[in-house]
Amino acid sequence: MSKLEITDLQVSVETEDGPKQILKGVTLTINDGETHAIMGPNGSGKSTLAYSIAGHPKYTITGGTVTLDGQDVLAMSVDERARAGLFLAMQYPVEVPGVSVSNFLRTAKTAIDGEAPKLRTWVKDVNAALEQLNLDPTFGTRNVNEGFSGGEKKRHEIAQLELLNPQVAILDETDSGLDIDALKVVSEGVNRFRSQEGKGVLLITHYTRILRYITPDFVHVFVDGRIAEQGGPELADQLEAEGYDKYTKAASV
Amino acid sequence: MTVTDSVRSALEVDKVESHLHPQGSFDVASHVVPTGREEIWRFTPLKRLKGLHADAEFQPSATACTWNTPAGVRVEGVDGDEARALRGVSGLVPNTRFAARVLAEVPSTLLVDVPDDADVTEPVVVELAGSDAGVTEAGHVVLRFGRHSRATVVLNHTGHASMAQVVEVVVGDGAQASVISLQDWADDAVHLTHHQTLVGRDATYKHVAVSFGGDVVRMDTNVTYDGPGGSAELLGLYFADAGQHIEHRLFADHDAPRTKSNVMYKGALQGQGAHTVWVGNVLIRKVAEGIETYEENRNLVLSDGCQADSVPNLEIETGEIEGAGHASATARFDDEQLFYLRARGIDDKEARRLVVHGFFNDLIRRIGVPSIEGQLMSTVEAELAKNVLRDV
Ligand SMILES: Nc1ncnc2c1ncn2[C@@H]1O[C@H](COP(=O)(O)OP(=O)(O)OP(=O)(O)O)[C@@H](O)[C@H]1O
Ligand SMILES: [Mg+2]
Repeated sequence: MSKLEITDLQVSVETEDGPKQILKGVTLTINDGETHAIMGPNGSGKSTLAYSIAGHPKYTITGGTVTLDGQDVLAMSVDERARAGLFLAMQYPVEVPGVSVSNFLRTAKTAIDGEAPKLRTWVKDVNAALEQLNLDPTFGTRNVNEGFSGGEKKRHEIAQLELLNPQVAILDETDSGLDIDALKVVSEGVNRFRSQEGKGVLLITHYTRILRYITPDFVHVFVDGRIAEQGGPELADQLEAEGYDKYTKAASV
Repeated sequence: MTVTDSVRSALEVDKVESHLHPQGSFDVASHVVPTGREEIWRFTPLKRLKGLHADAEFQPSATACTWNTPAGVRVEGVDGDEARALRGVSGLVPNTRFAARVLAEVPSTLLVDVPDDADVTEPVVVELAGSDAGVTEAGHVVLRFGRHSRATVVLNHTGHASMAQVVEVVVGDGAQASVISLQDWADDAVHLTHHQTLVGRDATYKHVAVSFGGDVVRMDTNVTYDGPGGSAELLGLYFADAGQHIEHRLFADHDAPRTKSNVMYKGALQGQGAHTVWVGNVLIRKVAEGIETYEENRNLVLSDGCQADSVPNLEIETGEIEGAGHASATARFDDEQLFYLRARGIDDKEARRLVVHGFFNDLIRRIGVPSIEGQLMSTVEAELAKNVLRDV
């Protein structure tokens, strides 16, 4: 069971010239088991939406609400949100020098579950997750995201998704920078995740190609901090053919 | 975070009047008592040194000194002529009053002698356990690694003491020597120490300074070379708490061709008045063609009210060098790192803990003595418990 409800969300960032509003009222509900795709041009505020839900300190919520199964997400700290069942696969995963992937994964798993995982099964699970994402078994000894290729970073994010197994996953451009093989591997990981009962996915992307592997239930066109249009998977095909022009023009008048 | 890199930026460092060609002397009278205005004393809180930099009496030692003796190694306190002959054995000609006084006034020497060709796997561990910081005392230590020998010596300083110290290290040709000096003092300790090493031809030397405890710890670590091909790796790790002053001054004096120096010091600071100083001097003399040097200092500031001074200084007198560079950076916790960890459910404290451990990890792994590495991980943990992980 999981329902992420975003209502009239307004978000600003601090700039040199004072606060700048980025999200101008976003309303979106991800019901139990649904996959939603958000598509939009560069700078439209897609990452801002993802980070705001996850609680990044850079963003100030100036209005609206976000709830997960009725609980007030905005009142929670970043780690509380993750423990409540939210997961954000980041567009630009961060390097953490000196912290090994295996240590990181174990610490995160322990935090999410409230107890340390059973050593035997855990090692097996980690190895399986890495293998399914075509990551070398020695990956565990490397420092988190340090020296990873762009594709490795993204695959590592999805390995975490599978191991931590949240209720709702927000994937911020997980497809960008992936070659076709890696895209398939990543999509399979996301599909394994959402094949489970009741898991929600918010898939943020720039391109339609990932939607060939992960079929969304709904597609939202995101322009200038708002949802400009929504529809079913066919909306993605239309965007593929026509681009964002008609929406960006509408937004600028 | 500010990072400076490359030779170019190093060369642009203003040529303050060089203090890297000091006129040393064994004669105590030729060294005036420092006032604090001198380049080499400007960061040090002289008032807290209990006169060790000046004329404090060197009293009978209140520090217990014990050691193990792995097979084939001689470890002994020596006096008389033998001790006298060891003064300056590393090529040290004192450039400070305290070093000159230690050589002139301390009658005995703790000698660790590793014979030529000896391969000693078990580290020689010398425990220096102080019992009274009210006693001002001084010590002279000589670590001699014979030609083509391989050995590790650990000096572990603990407890209460006010100590002036000179450690002279001689690394024979082709030897592989490691010296690890742990300053794990109690809060009231004052430690003024000079480590001078002569690195033999084609020898490999590793020096590790680890400073956690003490009210004031100042360590001058100098390296010179006895022939071409010598290599020195100078590592340091420090953690300053409220009110502590921890100062490390490095000097790699490239006075022979094709020699190498690699300096890496990392420190963390927490609490009001925590002060660390790192000064990395490298001098590449005219004869020192084809050398390589790199020095780096990184500081992680964990709370308000701390001060980390970091001064790299490279002076180059020949154009014929293989490589020279330096980097110095002082930073607070990286919000993006913390966010990434916390977005995976890891709470704020645990995230900070991971970041600090991560900061020191690569350095700790380079020490090469497993028992020390393990001990340091727990020491870092204990330091963190004092501040970063404390409930606020
Ligand atoms: N500190 C800041 N100062 C000024 N503008 C900012 C700041 N941070 C973000 N913005 C602006 O907010 C807008 C939304 O950025 P966001 O990263 O959410 O876009 P995006 O839709 O994810 O774009 P992309 O497709 O490139 O990932 C952009 O126009 C960006 O320039
Ligand atoms: Mg983005």
